[in-house]
Amino acid sequence: MTTVKADLLEQFAQRAEAEGLLDVAYAEVDSPLGTLLVARTPKGVVRLGFHNEDHEDVLEELAARISPRVIEAPAKLDAVRRELDEYFEGRLHRFTAKLDWTLTGQGFRHEVLKYTAKIPYGRTSTYMEMATKAGNRKAYRAAGNALGSNPIPVIVPCHRVLATGGGLGGYGGGLDVKERLLHLEGAL
Amino acid sequence: MGVPPFQRFVDDHGSAVHGFLTASVGRHEADDCWQETFIAALRAYPRLQHDGNLRGWVLTIAHRKAIDSHRARQRRPVPSDTVPEIPVEVPDTLRGEPALWKLVDGLPPKQQAAVKHRFVEDLGYGDIASLLGCSEAAARRSVHEGVKKLRETWA
Repeated sequence: MTTVKADLLEQFAQRAEAEGLLDVAYAEVDSPLGTLLVARTPKGVVRLGFHNEDHEDVLEELAARISPRVIEAPAKLDAVRRELDEYFEGRLHRFTAKLDWTLTGQGFRHEVLKYTAKIPYGRTSTYMEMATKAGNRKAYRAAGNALGSNPIPVIVPCHRVLATGGGLGGYGGGLDVKERLLHLEGAL
Repeated sequence: MGVPPFQRFVDDHGSAVHGFLTASVGRHEADDCWQETFIAALRAYPRLQHDGNLRGWVLTIAHRKAIDSHRARQRRPVPSDTVPEIPVEVPDTLRGEPALWKLVDGLPPKQQAAVKHRFVEDLGYGDIASLLGCSEAAARRSVHEGVKKLRETWA
């Protein structure tokens, strides 16, 4: 049996969007780290899956938590893919893509990530500082957890948050990736 | 049961649906019908309570879209003799025996559908039964009768 032609799939994605049925559009993006998965809703970028995550699992998560209307639609992600390309080439210092915070929920975790999104390119902060800004200085461990479950890494730069003593801390994409991103930004 | 991400559903069943539609409405209408089928499926998808047989569900929709397409075609004006016939390219799945497929199209509707579901989409009798709204035995009989008729006329 033949596979469905690419242009028919593309037309289908366009039609789905025109009819307001494209709840989550996603694309796979080549990067120096490996293949990333980027997903967006009509509100903005909602998820970036690392090269070391199972992308099928990421899609399942999106289907369960946002909507099962999850469709591969690379054209819908052109702008953010371009920004990612430029970022990895060291030419982009601030992402302008709109974000959808649905997966971060409300409360402390959301606050921590919101402040993290404001750390400028090439700078770093600490778990303690993020916890303080989010309103609870003592909750630096919880801040670490919030950052560890950042649904939109790279774009929400949790790699810029380090341990208070000066150590790298942790990173979902692997510590080597964290180090690499900080090097790219000239922060290490 | 939760449904898988829609893209996976398309990847799993898209080509079977296309094969079915190509056999039912022809190559030129198949793409449009395919899109109509999957848009309808996408619309209903979040509320779908499924029992694991997503293939059967989407083929039921495709079946309806094929009927709609047949009806729409019948309403269109009949082309005059002076218009040259455009040779219809035989789809991959049917290549080889166009004359045989003409005979298939001549079978009574239920046998025709049963034969196509069985041999184009490679469906089991249980799935064919739920698509045609009959018992599994009746589905088996329809396929059997259809094939028997084809054997008699094709020789």
